Amino acid sequence: MLAKRIIPCLDIKDGQTVKGVNFVNIQNVGDPVELGALYAEQGADELVFLDITATHEGRKTFVDLVKRIAREINIPFTVGGGISELEDADKLLAAGADKISINSSAVRNPSLIDDLAKNFGNQFVVVAIDARKTPDHWAVTVNGGRIETDKELFSWAKEAESRGAGEILFTSMNHDGTKNGFANEELAQLSESLSIPIIASGGAGNMEHFVDVFTKGKADAGLAASIFHFREIAIPDLKAYLRQQGIVVR
Amino acid sequence: MEVAIIKYNAGNIMSVELALKRLGVNATITADPDFIRRADRVIFPGVGEASTTMAYLREHKLDTLITSLKQPVLGVCLGLQLMCSHSEEGDVDCLGIFPEKVKKFVPEPGQENITKVPHMGWNSISNLKSDLFDASLENQYVYFVHSYYAAAGDDTAAVCNYITPFSAALQRDNFYATQFHPEKSGPIGARILENFINLKAR
Repeated sequence: MLAKRIIPCLDIKDGQTVKGVNFVNIQNVGDPVELGALYAEQGADELVFLDITATHEGRKTFVDLVKRIAREINIPFTVGGGISELEDADKLLAAGADKISINSSAVRNPSLIDDLAKNFGNQFVVVAIDARKTPDHWAVTVNGGRIETDKELFSWAKEAESRGAGEILFTSMNHDGTKNGFANEELAQLSESLSIPIIASGGAGNMEHFVDVFTKGKADAGLAASIFHFREIAIPDLKAYLRQQGIVVR
Repeated sequence: MEVAIIKYNAGNIMSVELALKRLGVNATITADPDFIRRADRVIFPGVGEASTTMAYLREHKLDTLITSLKQPVLGVCLGLQLMCSHSEEGDVDCLGIFPEKVKKFVPEPGQENITKVPHMGWNSISNLKSDLFDASLENQYVYFVHSYYAAAGDDTAAVCNYITPFSAALQRDNFYATQFHPEKSGPIGARILENFINLKAR
């Protein structure tokens, strides 16, 4: 049976992992390749590396980093951040990325999804959606949640699928950082209305939350950052717990 | 040992080269027929669409080259599908090394679990029947990304179950193929690639 996936997410700035990683047992805590390799060894099913650098120099460092990841990591990995045209994706593919994740640039220019899917295949294109609940609906936001757009979560996800997205990575801005659990109701609705895999993000605080996201939220994968980086949850423990709860994991 | 990775218009083939490098094996990505013919091992990777890729292989006479190879050949993902007799993707006749036909996954309504297409992620392989595998690999998880599958048949060397049981691997004589990506399947995938490199001469 297809296993549910656990995906640690690493934020990269100027080639280094940020968000205060505190693994005491690795020498260079800032090195994303080392941290990625450690997660892979512990049983992570995939890795996501998000470039949050804004500078041109930082960007070049990121592409070099992707090359190192591809050389050393033997599980699939997604890279995102700063991809706004075909050429950006092409560089990352050439550096060895398995998938790319696009967010704000897809909202601003939806046909980017079509172009990427046509050129590199649907499996290469993850569309990340950050959305916030408003009195009327779930509003899609861009620029890391700072700007609200007139797009609505469910219709935008459906559009992304029809344009050729291979997966949807949904982050609820209402849940992100709260550690109170994932947006299970919305995730279930996405999962039932779309035929591509849904990666859940935002709100993971304990192991029970992952059980809920796979059962109630019907997600295909659960993504988290700080709970892994701060060693609040170790991946082997999480997988053992999920298995105990009857969830199929690798 | 010379290992050739067939170069053609098919996505990220570098990852196979990098996976071999992690095993200490230097492979060459090439479309040179002479090099491919005399290599000790040939890998036929692939991510892409079946009918356009078949057209490309025919145009560059790689189709007859591949079917004529005598050394161990390993097809990966689309490589497996193109080694079958026919694919529904673009309704195209393929290389015909394996008699199996390639069909599209159709989620069955009313199935207990929601089934998505593509089949993407880690799934287990069983009923292993090839020297590509060893007993320790039974029921281990490997990484899949595909919307089409080869039905189970006489050449099935590993079975995976998603919507329907299908061929996770095929083998006939010197031709081996995996639907999953050994190059992205962690230590289990590395082991399978190592087994392929270490196959005894037939």
